[in-house]
Amino acid sequence: MSNDLVDMLSKATVETLYMVGLTTLIGLLIGFPLGVLLVVSDKGNIISLPKLNKVLGSIINVIRSLPEIILIIILLPLARIIVGTTLGTNAAIVSLSIGSAPFLARIIENSLKEVTHGKIEAALAVGASPFQIIAKVLIPEALPSLVRGITIGIISIVGFTAIAGAIGAGGLGSTAIRFGYQRFRTDILFATVVVLVILVQLLQFTGDHIAKFINKKRYKIE
Amino acid sequence: MIKINNLSKTFNTPYGNIEVLKDINLEIEKGDIFGIIGFSGAGKSTLVRCMNRLEEPDSGKIFIGNKEITALGKKELRDARKKIGMIFQQFNLFDSRTVFDNISFSLEVAGYKKEKIKKRVDEILELVELEDKRNAYPLQLSGGQKQRVGIARALANNPDVLLSDEATSALDPQTTYSILELLKNINKKLNLTIVLITHELDVLRYSSNNMAVLEQGRIVERGATESLFLNPKSDTAKRFISITNDFQKARGWSGGDII
Repeated sequence: MSNDLVDMLSKATVETLYMVGLTTLIGLLIGFPLGVLLVVSDKGNIISLPKLNKVLGSIINVIRSLPEIILIIILLPLARIIVGTTLGTNAAIVSLSIGSAPFLARIIENSLKEVTHGKIEAALAVGASPFQIIAKVLIPEALPSLVRGITIGIISIVGFTAIAGAIGAGGLGSTAIRFGYQRFRTDILFATVVVLVILVQLLQFTGDHIAKFINKKRYKIE
Repeated sequence: MIKINNLSKTFNTPYGNIEVLKDINLEIEKGDIFGIIGFSGAGKSTLVRCMNRLEEPDSGKIFIGNKEITALGKKELRDARKKIGMIFQQFNLFDSRTVFDNISFSLEVAGYKKEKIKKRVDEILELVELEDKRNAYPLQLSGGQKQRVGIARALANNPDVLLSDEATSALDPQTTYSILELLKNINKKLNLTIVLITHELDVLRYSSNNMAVLEQGRIVERGATESLFLNPKSDTAKRFISITNDFQKARGWSGGDII
């Protein structure tokens, strides 16, 4: 492997990591509260607001039904407003964050719904407020499942950033498309795939282990 | 201590409306262990869940102490609940918290300071005899130990009333006995009013002073537990007693072992 190729790949990898990191962070900042809201606003739950719940669910479904590449393009004008350009990594992060937030919200919702209603009732019975129940019961009780879900989310975002490569977002996806595909450099294409595979493996491994660690503490026989 | 006037509750289900509680009137004295028995679907769980409004009654009034529970707003209801403990058939402990932290939950919610929480949790751990399990997680405990934690969590904030929703129904007879023993002890020590919901007659025979029999959402009989056993009037009470006796006979026939 030539030095040029190594340079190009490492630069692309760093870009991808940067995009995935920031997208996950911003996506969760939006998606996590949304996911919590989806759970607690459900009919009969601690902040029962069935109408808001339905509207929110519908909006999320609409966004989620758009193909990723189209969603990224639709959101480009927003990127221009926020970062001043529609090109490059930062512009892509705007689209990617907003595009992945609804998906993350559904993942969070699913995990939180695993907490049995009995636990919530036990908290209600000692006079806990909705906020206390969210912070002290819902999130801690669902933690292993949340970690697993967010891992799935991050891995999807890796794929999402690669697609964003098609509109010049930079990162491994861009490299694969511009060099590997458009200039027939099969070696580069192959190399980016190898890096992506390693990246995904590492992410899954880390997520699994964090979740296992939390569970182990709870199940440990003394 | 607890007074219920004309309480009614209907569930609207896709299969039609089900009247679960019909015009319930009940009075429970302070310091009493009051049992409510009924077959499945009689409405006993709904009745006890109305007392802290985990279930909202449709009509009627509930008083606990001098508070009208049914008239409270959200915030006031939360404050009232801090003084009404509740234990559950499925324990409903928090798996993410140790025994100590499960018990401290009620105190955190009530806004106690750390120092005070520690002191109180230590006291209550001693009361339920779980001092050696303070750092264990619920998933590491037996059913009986889990219910002891449930009781401790319910009692941590010194409630005036303890509501028990089938708290022994998931436990074996020996563990049931030890949990009832604990409840009787606490009742004596703290003069705590306890409302016990159960479908096991033996539970009430062993622990309650007074009881009511619930049938299809109505109270069909009430009185001192002892006299109700000696002289049951309602069909449901008679059926309960005869079924329990049959089981005892069956046990006798098999030489005391379970076949």
